Amino acid sequence: MIPELGHFALILALLLALTQGVLPVIGAARAIPAWMAVARPAAQGQFVFVAIAFGCLAWSFANNDFSVLNVATNSNSQLPLQYRIAATWGSHEGSLLLWVLMLSLWTVAVSVFSRQLPEEMVARVVGVMGLISVGFLLFMLLTSNPFERLLPAAADGRDLNPLLQDPGMVIHPPMLYMGYVGFSVAFAFAIAALLGGKLDATWARWSRPWTTLAWCFLTLGIMLGSWWAYYELGWGGWWFWDPVENASFMPWLFGTALIHSLAVTEKRGSFKSWTVLLAICAFSLSLLGTFLVRSGVLTSVHAFATDPKRGIFILAFLTVVIGGSLVLFAWRAPRVGLGGAFELVSRESMLLANNVLLAVAAGSVLLGTLYPLFLDALNLGKISVGPPYFDAVFVPLMTPAVFLMGIGPLARWKDASLPEIAVRLRWAFGVSVVTALLLPFVMGRWTPFIAFGLLLAAWIIASSAVTLKHRLSRSEGGLRARLGAQPRAYYGMLLAHCGVAVFIIGVTLVKGYETERDVRMAVGDSVTVSNYTFRFDGVQSINGPNYRGSRGTIDVSRGGKHVRVLHPEKRIYHVQQMPMTEAAIDTGIFGDLYVSLGEPVSGGAWSVRVYHKPFVTWIWGGCIIMALGGLLALCDRRYRVSAGRHEAIVSGGGTKGAAGEVAAG
Amino acid sequence: MNRFLLPLGIFIVIAAFLAVGLGLNPREVPSPLINKPAPAFTLPQLHQPEKAFSQQDMKGKVWLLNVWASWCVSCREEHPVLMELAKSNAVPIYGLNYKDPRDDAIAWLKQLGDPYVLSIADRDGRVGIDYGVYGVPETFVIDKQGAIRYKQIGPLTPKALKDKILPLVKELQL
Repeated sequence: MIPELGHFALILALLLALTQGVLPVIGAARAIPAWMAVARPAAQGQFVFVAIAFGCLAWSFANNDFSVLNVATNSNSQLPLQYRIAATWGSHEGSLLLWVLMLSLWTVAVSVFSRQLPEEMVARVVGVMGLISVGFLLFMLLTSNPFERLLPAAADGRDLNPLLQDPGMVIHPPMLYMGYVGFSVAFAFAIAALLGGKLDATWARWSRPWTTLAWCFLTLGIMLGSWWAYYELGWGGWWFWDPVENASFMPWLFGTALIHSLAVTEKRGSFKSWTVLLAICAFSLSLLGTFLVRSGVLTSVHAFATDPKRGIFILAFLTVVIGGSLVLFAWRAPRVGLGGAFELVSRESMLLANNVLLAVAAGSVLLGTLYPLFLDALNLGKISVGPPYFDAVFVPLMTPAVFLMGIGPLARWKDASLPEIAVRLRWAFGVSVVTALLLPFVMGRWTPFIAFGLLLAAWIIASSAVTLKHRLSRSEGGLRARLGAQPRAYYGMLLAHCGVAVFIIGVTLVKGYETERDVRMAVGDSVTVSNYTFRFDGVQSINGPNYRGSRGTIDVSRGGKHVRVLHPEKRIYHVQQMPMTEAAIDTGIFGDLYVSLGEPVSGGAWSVRVYHKPFVTWIWGGCIIMALGGLLALCDRRYRVSAGRHEAIVSGGGTKGAAGEVAAG
Repeated sequence: MNRFLLPLGIFIVIAAFLAVGLGLNPREVPSPLINKPAPAFTLPQLHQPEKAFSQQDMKGKVWLLNVWASWCVSCREEHPVLMELAKSNAVPIYGLNYKDPRDDAIAWLKQLGDPYVLSIADRDGRVGIDYGVYGVPETFVIDKQGAIRYKQIGPLTPKALKDKILPLVKELQL
């Protein structure tokens, strides 16, 4: 009964999504207020029904209803409750339902927080999001119904993939999807602007907070995925350039470019068509990512069950959405006109250069991801493109981008002076060079790689400090007043940039100084890695709820002083008979101690992997700081104050007044 | 040409490739070598390069030839399955270490465990070409007469092992 209710709710959601996608868009084109007014209630109704469907699926998982095919293939009565609930989005069908749930959530958010927007704009934005939802709901109902019955019911389920039975996996997909789907808002704003023919600073101003919020979620989602791979796969890697990782990284790169480009469009009215194109690209790559993961055209660690029918559907959908929006772009963008002119040396040109670098980086990741497919399609053989390609392409592209990150915030809009910037930044540059030359010696070993990484990180931090000092010197009053006078968006930017620096430090130091030892250890044996002594105290058998396994005890000490005891595990999950390695990690700000069990060797001895990973947590810490920077920018006063002010202006003078307000603010 | 059409053009090219790609399956590629004699080779062993190994040495036995490399992510995924299989002694596994520096390969086995009776080193990938290796990992089931009976492209899964490879090996061993 409950699954049928869920199925029915999905069908109702589809009908509402159709209404939401068709009426308001036509209403906006023909100026029919009643049709436009459908947008908000339809979106909210759609959300209610999608949420009911999601709740029904979660209920079926929680109550072990193995007459539902999806539950029978992805859950098991012995699976702990929290993982049974997480299993709701652990399968192909369930993750699509999560996707649609997120989409309708974002649409509701737009419908609630858009009271200051003109009605046509709201109608178009919500309508475009409704059409996207139609595509996904149809996809689910036609090819991947999560409520399909299995009759007679299975006695027990096939269990959730053990790799996914982990707290990180419970929150990683929702975060990632919030980011992916969040770009649909920026996309819908771009399409609405193209449809309405009005691409101006106001449009950029409305899109900005949505884009930033989606970007924050995506950043956190990718970070969680990387962290999960680090502790769950058992060999201490944190990024593999796997097609699915790339699929999440490409929208991130475009999204980052979009955030910067929107800033220019809002402040200076330039880059309009470029910004629209970036908004289309960011969301298109989110969709393409979904296609790559779901259709099975590429092999990947994440590969799900493949079904050509699904692939054809998603491809058709991709073609309609991306192809359609690019046709609209080619048709409308030429009439947009240019914004304010700028000189070769100006903040605009630097942001444009950064944008181009980010877009090229995303393009090369796309090329590397699809290259095996291209060769295969042309009958030139099958290959896999590995980390060497990505490392070789990525570092040279990001180096100038990081360099510009230091200069950009100091440069003036429109026309900046290079000598003036050079004078301001000479100290920052000096400090970074000295840090890069000396710090590696203090840390123990100097290599060009470490020095280079530290140079980039120090440059970001030092130049940010110079920018802040310069900015404060232009305000009035005491230090407190001066600090308070800067908008939060400005601090958000500085914080996000420093997050990049922290990330670079993490990557550099872990690659430069990590120690990995793989040793055979009998009970009582010790091994010393970077001053830490690891003593192996044997292995006991353990029995988990749905697995059995061995649990090692390793005593860690430093200079005779006890540090802590680590318990790495090796598990075999009953149902899927899949061996899993659970590493034991002692996490610290300055480094992780990472121990994982290999295989038992003769005589009670085990092969044990002992790693020391200095500063590895900074990689994820950097991502968190970036996301916090984004959130701080979102708390900027102008977003909160503007709501009230806009209302007054819109009722008084229409959109023209709103545009004037932006110029004033 | 209108420069605003360029993104559309790029997308159409990508979409066309994706459409072709859907028709191809990256995992299951029929090998023209099935039921044909395994291509001949004589290669140095990984751990003792002074000793050679040839497919001739295995005449009269059913065995698996697993193509692996230390740079291959999927091989790590597959590795625990191979370790379990090696422990069960159901069938001897020989490794073809494909386009891999010797030190990296040995370090990899030392780190993760060595499921292979022995590995041979195919530094330049010539033997890999003879065997039609598309991507790593791949696994060949070779019978007593030295003919290839099955080829698994991509990592060995517990399911593939249980449903296809082990029943086939049992049948061939009779």
